[in-house]
Amino acid sequence: VLHTTRPLHTTQQCLVPLPPLPEKGGEVRYGLIPEEFFQFLYPKTGVTGPYMLGTGLLLYFLSKEIYVINHETVAAACTLSVIIYGVKKYGSRVAAFADKLNEEKVANVLAVKNEAIKDLETAIEQEKKEQWRVEGRSYLFDAKRNNIAMLLETNYRERLLTVYNEVKKRLDYHVAMQNLKRQKEQDHMIQWVEKNVVQSITPQQQKESIAKCILDLKALSKSAQAAV
Amino acid sequence: GPLSERRLMDVRLGELPVWLATRDLSPQGLLGGVQKAWSSYYDKYINVKRGGPAGISMLLAGYCLLSYGWNYQHISKISFLVSV
Repeated sequence: VLHTTRPLHTTQQCLVPLPPLPEKGGEVRYGLIPEEFFQFLYPKTGVTGPYMLGTGLLLYFLSKEIYVINHETVAAACTLSVIIYGVKKYGSRVAAFADKLNEEKVANVLAVKNEAIKDLETAIEQEKKEQWRVEGRSYLFDAKRNNIAMLLETNYRERLLTVYNEVKKRLDYHVAMQNLKRQKEQDHMIQWVEKNVVQSITPQQQKESIAKCILDLKALSKSAQAAV
Repeated sequence: GPLSERRLMDVRLGELPVWLATRDLSPQGLLGGVQKAWSSYYDKYINVKRGGPAGISMLLAGYCLLSYGWNYQHISKISFLVSV
């Protein structure tokens, strides 16, 4: 059970995103003494206070031989002068180089971050598109149902056609059989009739029919000549 | 605020021994104190975007002073001053 009155995330420190690094470090005068020291002495001694303190301390150390001048003093002086000259002359160039390195690192990481963001955005768009596609599911299934119905219909009609053809073939066979039988009977009967008639014609009848034909032809030719 | 929770810079000079007594002076406590001091120095002068020579030059100056202090007995002897 979550108590809605209890505030969340009030004391826990959030680690991400990290706060950015400060731009500049603490102020330091002459590269050695922090500015806070000067500010600390300003109310009581003004602007020249720390310098007087420094000079006084230096003279005190030198005079009381708390700082002993030896060969190392000379070495330190030479080293310090060389270092200060180097820093003053090439410091800005080194700083620019380091800044460029940093810039490249930051640019690489930013590029990675932007790539990741772009990829995620395209993924989101594709997801939304998929969600839109889901709405068309019903149309898809209707089309599929139509396809299946058409297939079934086509198959049924094909089979119907096959049945029809088969039945027609069988009926045609019967019809052809009947026709053939009839034809054969007819031919046989005609042949039998012709044979009997030819047999029944005696030679006497043949001679008489031929003479009759000749007489008819002569008559016809006379009438034809007359017509011409 | 109460004495035990104030930082060194906020303690007055007269209250210094009392304040020291309230600090945790066991080895872990001292180590923790040293770590806190180093991390505060590091975050203020070195771990910045555009630092300068100040960060390490103060460390080197402190090292010089410390080593001078350690070797003072030796280099203040006449035998050493004469030899070089």
